[in-house]
Amino acid sequence: MTLTDEPTTAEAPAKEVGNARLRKEDARLITGKTTWTDNMVLPGMLHMAFLRSPVAHATISHLDVSAAKDRPNVVAVFTGQDFKDEQGTIPCAWPVTPDMVNPGHPSIAVDTVNHVGEAVAIVVARTRTAAVDAVEAIDVDYENLPVVLDMEEAVKDGADLVHASTSSNTSYHFVFDAGEAGTGSDTEAAFRDAEVTVSRRFVQQRLIPAFMEPRSAVVGVQGDNFTLWSATQIPHILRVMGALTTGIPEHKLRVVAPDVGGGFGGKLQVCPEEILALLVARRLGKPVKWTETRSESLMTAHHGRDQIQYIDVAARKDGTVTGLRVRLLADMGAYLRLITPGVPALGAFMFPGIYKFPAYRFECDGVFTNKVPTDAYRGAGRPEATFAIERIMDELAVELDMDPMELRRKNWIGAEEFPFTTVAGLEYDSGDYEQATQAALELLGYDELRAEQKQRRESGDPVQLGIGISTFTEMCGLAPSRVLGSLSFGAGGWEQASIRMLPTGKVEVVTGSTPHGQGHETAWSQIVADELGVPFEDVEVLHGDTAISSRGLDTYGSRSLVVGGTAVVKAAEKVVAKARKIAAHLLEASEDDLEFSGGTFSVKGTPGAGLGIQEIALAIFAAHDYPEGIEPSIDAEAAFDPVNFSFPHGTHLCAMEVDTETGFVKIRKYASVDDIGTIVNPIIVEGQMHGGLAQGIAQALYEEAIYDADGNLTTGTFVDYLLPSAADLPTFHTGNTVHAATSNPLGAKGVGEAGCIASTPAVVNAALDAVRHLGVSDIRMPLTPERVWRAIHQGGDGGDRAAEGSNAYGGARTTESGIEEAAQ
Amino acid sequence: MIPASFAYARPTTVDEALQAIAAGGEDVKIMAGGQSLIPVMRLRLAAPETVVDLTKVTELRGVREDGDSLVIGAMTTHSDILRDPLVARYGKLIAEATETVADPAVRHRGTFGGALAHADPAGDLPAVALALDAEFVIAGPGGARRSVPASAFFVDYLTTALEEGELLVEVRVPKLGEGWGVRYEKFNRVAQAWSIVAVAAAVRREGSTIAEARIGLTNMGSTPLRATATEQALVGADVSLETVTAAAAQAAEGTEPSSDLNAQADYRQHLARVLTGRAVRAAAGL
Repeated sequence: MTLTDEPTTAEAPAKEVGNARLRKEDARLITGKTTWTDNMVLPGMLHMAFLRSPVAHATISHLDVSAAKDRPNVVAVFTGQDFKDEQGTIPCAWPVTPDMVNPGHPSIAVDTVNHVGEAVAIVVARTRTAAVDAVEAIDVDYENLPVVLDMEEAVKDGADLVHASTSSNTSYHFVFDAGEAGTGSDTEAAFRDAEVTVSRRFVQQRLIPAFMEPRSAVVGVQGDNFTLWSATQIPHILRVMGALTTGIPEHKLRVVAPDVGGGFGGKLQVCPEEILALLVARRLGKPVKWTETRSESLMTAHHGRDQIQYIDVAARKDGTVTGLRVRLLADMGAYLRLITPGVPALGAFMFPGIYKFPAYRFECDGVFTNKVPTDAYRGAGRPEATFAIERIMDELAVELDMDPMELRRKNWIGAEEFPFTTVAGLEYDSGDYEQATQAALELLGYDELRAEQKQRRESGDPVQLGIGISTFTEMCGLAPSRVLGSLSFGAGGWEQASIRMLPTGKVEVVTGSTPHGQGHETAWSQIVADELGVPFEDVEVLHGDTAISSRGLDTYGSRSLVVGGTAVVKAAEKVVAKARKIAAHLLEASEDDLEFSGGTFSVKGTPGAGLGIQEIALAIFAAHDYPEGIEPSIDAEAAFDPVNFSFPHGTHLCAMEVDTETGFVKIRKYASVDDIGTIVNPIIVEGQMHGGLAQGIAQALYEEAIYDADGNLTTGTFVDYLLPSAADLPTFHTGNTVHAATSNPLGAKGVGEAGCIASTPAVVNAALDAVRHLGVSDIRMPLTPERVWRAIHQGGDGGDRAAEGSNAYGGARTTESGIEEAAQ
Repeated sequence: MIPASFAYARPTTVDEALQAIAAGGEDVKIMAGGQSLIPVMRLRLAAPETVVDLTKVTELRGVREDGDSLVIGAMTTHSDILRDPLVARYGKLIAEATETVADPAVRHRGTFGGALAHADPAGDLPAVALALDAEFVIAGPGGARRSVPASAFFVDYLTTALEEGELLVEVRVPKLGEGWGVRYEKFNRVAQAWSIVAVAAAVRREGSTIAEARIGLTNMGSTPLRATATEQALVGADVSLETVTAAAAQAAEGTEPSSDLNAQADYRQHLARVLTGRAVRAAAGL
């Protein structure tokens, strides 16, 4: 279902943009008939395996690798001592405050280990089996240090320290105050004058990105040139950072991301193992490979989320919101990786959501703990913000005894108010929250389900029904380079594309936005087919190899289409402009008299005479006859830097059945209507929505990375770290409204993260709506059957026993405290 | 992960298998599908000296009738079970439980005998075998056979009455025909996950009275358990919501379930009561 503002004309020529094309890359990706990094075999290639720390915090008191060196087929064994002078530190590109404390992140531990799974030794052998076997022969002793796991304890005076070199476990204190920034009024005054305030403490549990293809890296050595193949989202950033970290000159390092099997932000990283593969290959002068096991991946690849959120909202009795205060404790883990500190800071601007708060203050402490570092995970900062605001809007509605949708409607930005500058200083581009909401209510069958809910309540049915709302927006399409600069991010947010017209008229599109499953090849082909008027099948999209695509900033933050796709449009415009001069020459006409349509230049008013752009490609390849003063090429390159983010929005509604006898929750129906601007390919959009919804719902219901009291990851396999399958998820009823983005010529807003950002609070709100009348005030994510059952049978949030097992968040305390208490 | 190195034998008859087990050295593991063994070997939680793979022992695979019994070969795969007409007719409880085992890929390789000999209390089939009073036919060194009742077969967590050098050959279960109703009530968080708790119930009605009741509990202790008090309360009782609910309230008696990430012990006991009520109601046709 699509609601558009403008009626489409019946005579419009068939466009590729908007066409539900099947993805051209899928056959090879799904059947595996492609080169995944782990498929790579180089002559003489050696294999790396890691000894990893089994303890969370310790000094390495004894480390003897001699027995491992004597094992069959072992070529070398290295420890931190071998690389301490050349390994540098894993880069952190986002120092969110000038005085942020970064203790440095060695790729391999030298004297101390700071989380379970940290690399302690590397075995290099002729076979992978030999390398794994020899790891067991390493003799190592640890002297344990106090383990820091709970953020609220870690920030107290006198707390045990993760890093002895620091004075506290707080890496940074980041503040955004709308009053000080001039984008809002004084927050303290707003709360002082509030008629109603509601305060909550929410926990964003730690999550694991759980991409399908485990991480893998292969390094080839050609003299003093190195090629790093890696299952990464960011070959371009990895090249720069890899060069800076290892000292390999940037022009001597080529990075290739071949087809990559998913990332969700988990491969937006400069991984210690990638750096170590480069160092080992350089030391030995031999090609090496490392591919992680799934348990290695869960334990050592970066995690996501992990925040304690204290949030206060101020309002008038009529429901008008007057102020918002947020204070976060954000778990950095043991080290700062690429954008670890920036994830919660990025979320700072999204807590006000779609509402017209006049006053807003945000504070965040980044906190070190003895756990694997956190970093980007689908949504990165925005799901956390969306959860907090959409949950507390429901809490405010309960406090005021208002309908939760009415409360939202009273406070959201009206369609006529766009573009709208928010209290956080963002300019929302376009949208209509009422229209999306109406469509979602219809998709869900809201009135019928409300009637059934009432009936079940009255009859005391053991299965209760609830409906949860999430009216969300997010900022994506990362990002305007100047804005990123103002946020102290270490890079820009432009994107690059080039178009190469081959002699036979076929087209190569080189994109700097590297896909890892999103369908760039299909979408870019559709865009180019329209821009150049060539057949979809005649377009090939090249990506991921810094020797082919020298400039790019890769794929994350729902940026590819919005920024990278626009760069493709700009490059295509240049191709047409260059071809126009040649067409004019060959058609013996003035450039001004030429029309370009459907891939053909024709002379206005002269039917029949025309020249196709694919013919021009051949003509300029031969170059026998072209105008003086121009180059013999119609190839073109373009970079695009957006002036603003794009702001997808939507209304998500979840109907939830709660079995009050067992605590089991089951989604009865899920409906969402998203506005992501112009849609290039509806099937790709649908796929992104489904995947995002699955991940957002999984945070609400299934996933949690749990460490035990000693800092061991107890959810170390997929037996304990629960991912849902299609069998566990409902049919998704999705729709779209279309309000074009104003910051790019495609009119596209990002879609990659929307479902994941929006869905989590809708699901939790739905479960609470089902059982709130039974005395339940909150249930911590994930909503395990036991937590739901304890909340129902004990009331409130179920108490400490409902939170048993996840010990990093200070027992239960899910709801009763807000910022005031946190400040004590 | 990569398992530590091991010797591998792939016999084609029971006799060959027994010889391979006898010759396999100190630490022999029998692989009957490998759906539990291979993961623990890959994680190097197990590093056997020899793996004896029963995949090619065809005489161990299949289901037959023998009087009032169904005889299920130990190497009959879960998907064989689900397609077998005898099981469909006389072994509905086994079929219901087998349907819930993991996912199609696991059911394609995993076997009935393998799941029972592994004796994971969270596995779905041990409680079913216990509820049915299955007889375990075991071959020993030299080929001698003995039979062990289910009540004596499950000894402890991952531990059975199988001695060193022995092999589970087949499992005999009573045919449940006319008058019997069954239900396997499984409670897990996602479709592929292990049971947090599950209840296997078989009930035979004579008119409006319950004549026989067999109830097995999954994951309520270190071995599968029978809900004996509930069974006793049901036999001879009228088929009614009240009697079933009252009987089910005793389902957790004598159980000592563990506490783990999925559930604490008291919640497991609560679930056992609720699920027993549901399973018996369904089995009794209420």
